[in-house]
Amino acid sequence: MARVGVFVCWCGSNIAKMVDVEKVAEVAKTFPNVAYSTNYKYMCSEPGQNLVKDAIAEHKLDRIVIASCSPRLHEPTFRRCISEAGLNPFFLEMANIREHCSWVHEDRDEATAKAIDLTAMAVAKAARNEPLFTQEIPLTKKALVIGGGIAGIQAALDIADSGYQVWLVEKTPSIGGRMAQYDKTFPTLDCAACILTPKMVDAASHPNIKILTYSEVENVSGFIGNFDVTIRKKARSVDMDKCTGCGVCYSKCPVKLPSEFDCGLGQRRAIYVPFPQAVPNVPVIDRDNCRWFKDGKCGACAKICPSQAVDYSLEDEVITERFGAIVAATGFQPWDPSAYGNLGYGKYPDVITSLQFERLFNASGPTEGKLVRPSDHQPPKNVVFISCIGSRDEEHGYPYCSKVCCMYNAKHALLLKEKVHDAQAYVFYMDIRANGKGYEEFTRRAIEKYGAHYLRGRVSRVFQVGDKLIVRGVDTLAGKPVEIEADMVVLASAMEAQPDAKNLARKLGISTDEYNWFSEAHPKLKPVECLTGGIYLAGACQYPKDIPDSVAQASGAAAKVVVLFSKPSLESEPTVAEVNETTCVGCQLCKEICPYTAIEPKTIFDRSGNPVKTVASVNEGLCHGCGTCVAGCRSSSIQLKGFKDDQLLAELDALAFAEID
Amino acid sequence: MSEETRVETIEAEPKAWEPKIIGFLCNWCTYAGADLAGSSRLKYPANLRVVRVPCSGRVDPQFVLKAFERGYDGVLVSGCHPGDCHYSKGNFYARRRLMLLQRFLDYMGIEPERFHFDWISAAEGQKFAEVVTEFTEQVRKTGPFPGVGDQSQKVE
Repeated sequence: MARVGVFVCWCGSNIAKMVDVEKVAEVAKTFPNVAYSTNYKYMCSEPGQNLVKDAIAEHKLDRIVIASCSPRLHEPTFRRCISEAGLNPFFLEMANIREHCSWVHEDRDEATAKAIDLTAMAVAKAARNEPLFTQEIPLTKKALVIGGGIAGIQAALDIADSGYQVWLVEKTPSIGGRMAQYDKTFPTLDCAACILTPKMVDAASHPNIKILTYSEVENVSGFIGNFDVTIRKKARSVDMDKCTGCGVCYSKCPVKLPSEFDCGLGQRRAIYVPFPQAVPNVPVIDRDNCRWFKDGKCGACAKICPSQAVDYSLEDEVITERFGAIVAATGFQPWDPSAYGNLGYGKYPDVITSLQFERLFNASGPTEGKLVRPSDHQPPKNVVFISCIGSRDEEHGYPYCSKVCCMYNAKHALLLKEKVHDAQAYVFYMDIRANGKGYEEFTRRAIEKYGAHYLRGRVSRVFQVGDKLIVRGVDTLAGKPVEIEADMVVLASAMEAQPDAKNLARKLGISTDEYNWFSEAHPKLKPVECLTGGIYLAGACQYPKDIPDSVAQASGAAAKVVVLFSKPSLESEPTVAEVNETTCVGCQLCKEICPYTAIEPKTIFDRSGNPVKTVASVNEGLCHGCGTCVAGCRSSSIQLKGFKDDQLLAELDALAFAEID
Repeated sequence: MSEETRVETIEAEPKAWEPKIIGFLCNWCTYAGADLAGSSRLKYPANLRVVRVPCSGRVDPQFVLKAFERGYDGVLVSGCHPGDCHYSKGNFYARRRLMLLQRFLDYMGIEPERFHFDWISAAEGQKFAEVVTEFTEQVRKTGPFPGVGDQSQKVE
């Protein structure tokens, strides 16, 4: 018979405030198989863990129940703890009396009764827990980084510098990401290109990094240590080995299209490099708009190319490769502010987004750095910046704060004055959120030294009178309406998740929050890991972040990958399915059901080698332990270790005994 | 719990009938959603007892029946949204099996209102609290479960 030890945690006052922990520990003594029961203030602390270890030795306990927080938080902690005391780590069960009890209930008696029940269930299951053993599984020491922005580049460089192979997959024709579109960066006013492009070149020339641009992840299978990833390398129509990057092809292309890189303010051709500093500096043909692909005519680029690099016959290439770890660094997209009909975006050409404003500033932008109005190419005098466009606004956009807008508004107000000396910046804001190193000082500088006029309030309407934009709003601090005759209006649009973020999350098997930002494993203690092992997050794919945060997180993700790769091999989860060959009739329904093709028919032979019968057999290396086959088996001949029928039903029975008449 | 303790507890605190609800929650989505409801300090009734399963696909429809057999008044099963299953398609199997079960319950004379199947993701703490609150009320309205079939089988 099992000797179960029950350890009830107070979690300071987190549990003890709403649950009578002493009573739980007292009642637990009466549960079947319980040999010892106690309570302690912080069971996860060192004295708490020592208490568990000492009790195991003193009371000869062989099954342990910890009634505390969620097993998703501290199951690994306590498994390690009891294995240090000589028990199989899977002899542990946890009763979640914090997240599922003390934090969600308001009646102390009810919460205590529930905590007793949850503990009874855990005891009943623990008594039936069997020793489980992990197996060694091989580890592929090669990482995949998805997204070639600053976060992806940083993560790739850090992993590669540690001596491991990295593939960097980027959807667009060049790495660089959003940061390549920026002109200056707050609060130091470093030129974005000056700090980014050397890193792009480092990544491209690093012997351990392989860059796949114009490529997308199509499918991901496998698990930590061994992900099999299918990558579609879209047809570039230009031979990367032959192209010298001379640029003659795009100067001759007759098709002119709005440039995505310049946010529609500039033009690109059908054969193009997105921006002059692109890495790789090899053009790509936009097949949807190229005359050759649409009508079979033209072919100008192929004729003019001095190195015969243009090749219309190139096709998509599908590559499958095995990786041990994946870093998702897919970034964000700026939110489309058309939802605000009253602000005239899309109606008046001089109402633009902040990213468009950034392109107008940039020396390699559509105006070669001359700040002019898109409508008449005249320098603006009065520029109105409006914060929180789509941020902190559930009605039009998102309830969250996009975090960076206050800072780039200050940057734009400051730079405006530098470019056009007699210009005046007006900034409508809700709150100034300048919480970073040097951020508050920077904002003060924009206001005090550069005379940016900050107005606390919202804008109700923007409309055109002559060649001016009239901005009507309110200054809530002065308590009166304001009207500004502006030459240009700049909308600080929110950051939102990439449109295909949800899709990628499904491929990776990671979860997203309600806004499609990727979810971390724990908001405080595992901010770069995903719940799915071997997948890490970097940059703004998780939630709005600025460049320093993205870079820091990317290095964090890289460190996690390197930690993983520093092990010789991995341990498999032992909670896999097992077949009772005596009762299995070999119907192979489980084989049909299994999402991982982990089940194969197996013939059993008698001693003289004659086949007796065919049964199902589980490949433990492929089984992920979902248990779908178990619920499907007609003869209950397949069971999931750690979650067997009798273990789960024992939990039901524990309550039936304890509470139900 | 021993016989004596049980009697004592019940006698010491006579209370109005409260529905007993058992929930089978998948580890990756709904269990995490319930954790999020906790860390967000959302409030919901204390009638639910949770059994953690790796996947909603692990939930044998028989578990639901066995729960009623043991005298529970309501059963909740919840897992990842379709397409979001940690094991890629376990929840599709759960959906097929439990949809069928739901129709079968009516045939067996168990009110379908006593059984609820939902998709709740790890990010939907709010939804978890709402679903538990609504389902608890629904079971409360339906009343105590009178028992299935041969009452002598019931655990005393």
